[in-house]
Amino acid sequence: MKRFLWPLAIFIILVGFLVVGLKLDPREVPSPLVGKPAPAFELPILHQPDKRFVPGDMRGKVWLLNVWASWCVSCREEHPVLLDLAKRGVMPILGLNYKDKRDDANAWLKQFGNPYELSAVDADGRIGIDYGVYGVPETYLIDAEGVIRYKQIGPITPAVLEQKILPLVMSLKK
Amino acid sequence: MKVLLFLAFFLFSISGNANPETEERIRRLSEKLRCLVCQNQTLADSNAELASDLRRQLREQVAAGHSDDEILDFLVQRYGDFVLYDPPFKATTLLLWLGPFVLLAAAALVLVTTLRRRRRAPEEPALGQDDKRLVERVLGPATPSGKPDGGAR
Repeated sequence: MKRFLWPLAIFIILVGFLVVGLKLDPREVPSPLVGKPAPAFELPILHQPDKRFVPGDMRGKVWLLNVWASWCVSCREEHPVLLDLAKRGVMPILGLNYKDKRDDANAWLKQFGNPYELSAVDADGRIGIDYGVYGVPETYLIDAEGVIRYKQIGPITPAVLEQKILPLVMSLKK
Repeated sequence: MKVLLFLAFFLFSISGNANPETEERIRRLSEKLRCLVCQNQTLADSNAELASDLRRQLREQVAAGHSDDEILDFLVQRYGDFVLYDPPFKATTLLLWLGPFVLLAAAALVLVTTLRRRRRAPEEPALGQDDKRLVERVLGPATPSGKPDGGAR
């Protein structure tokens, strides 16, 4: 009886590892930028092409930077959550329109609604690389000092918003 | 626009302007890096749009005269260690790198101890009390010479 205990124990440990592994999403690569200052950039604004936006303009505010594109399917899934959040007025939401065409982006916002205070246009995806974007949508929570506090990879779901983002925002605003 | 760009690159690549050494360096670098969209491919193998953007970054940085380490650092700062196709050897990856050798050593230890124990053990295990009784019941009590008396009774 005793000689079977060891293999059994090893088997159970192995199963434990596999169970944990099943629950991990390999697509979620932890960002090294969390806890670091948000990379600076200067980009034209979607609805005012002659004006430019720098993240420094948001100093003193806790805000969301949401990377989106009109060609991105998951962005449509996420959009109602952002619209609702904007309506509640918890914090400013800014868009980073990633590798998109201006006309497509404007049409998309007209069709689905615009939760953004403004969207910065990253037409060739260079700023996306600075932010470590590898799949749209991605969202960064940036605090009053301009430090990235949280990164959401993939769409923000109502659960993620209520359980992770909003509590963090509350603690950051204190 | 894309066709033009392609044509430009094509002409550029066949015109001999491209420095083969630079090309070789970019290829070597892109084989060390992971495409984050299709995670089991290197940047060199991937056709994802992000991969081509990152290859463009490599090309620009090489052209700007950055060293290989600087370029890899640039990407690690943005995408984390995961962007390196071979995970770096450091405290958090110790188990990953050394784990297989630890397992191998443990297996070898178990093998050696079992073999030793087996050699020390008697060739045929002694019969237990129950077994002896069973043998006596079937074959009769053992004779002093050690042989059963043939079951003559």
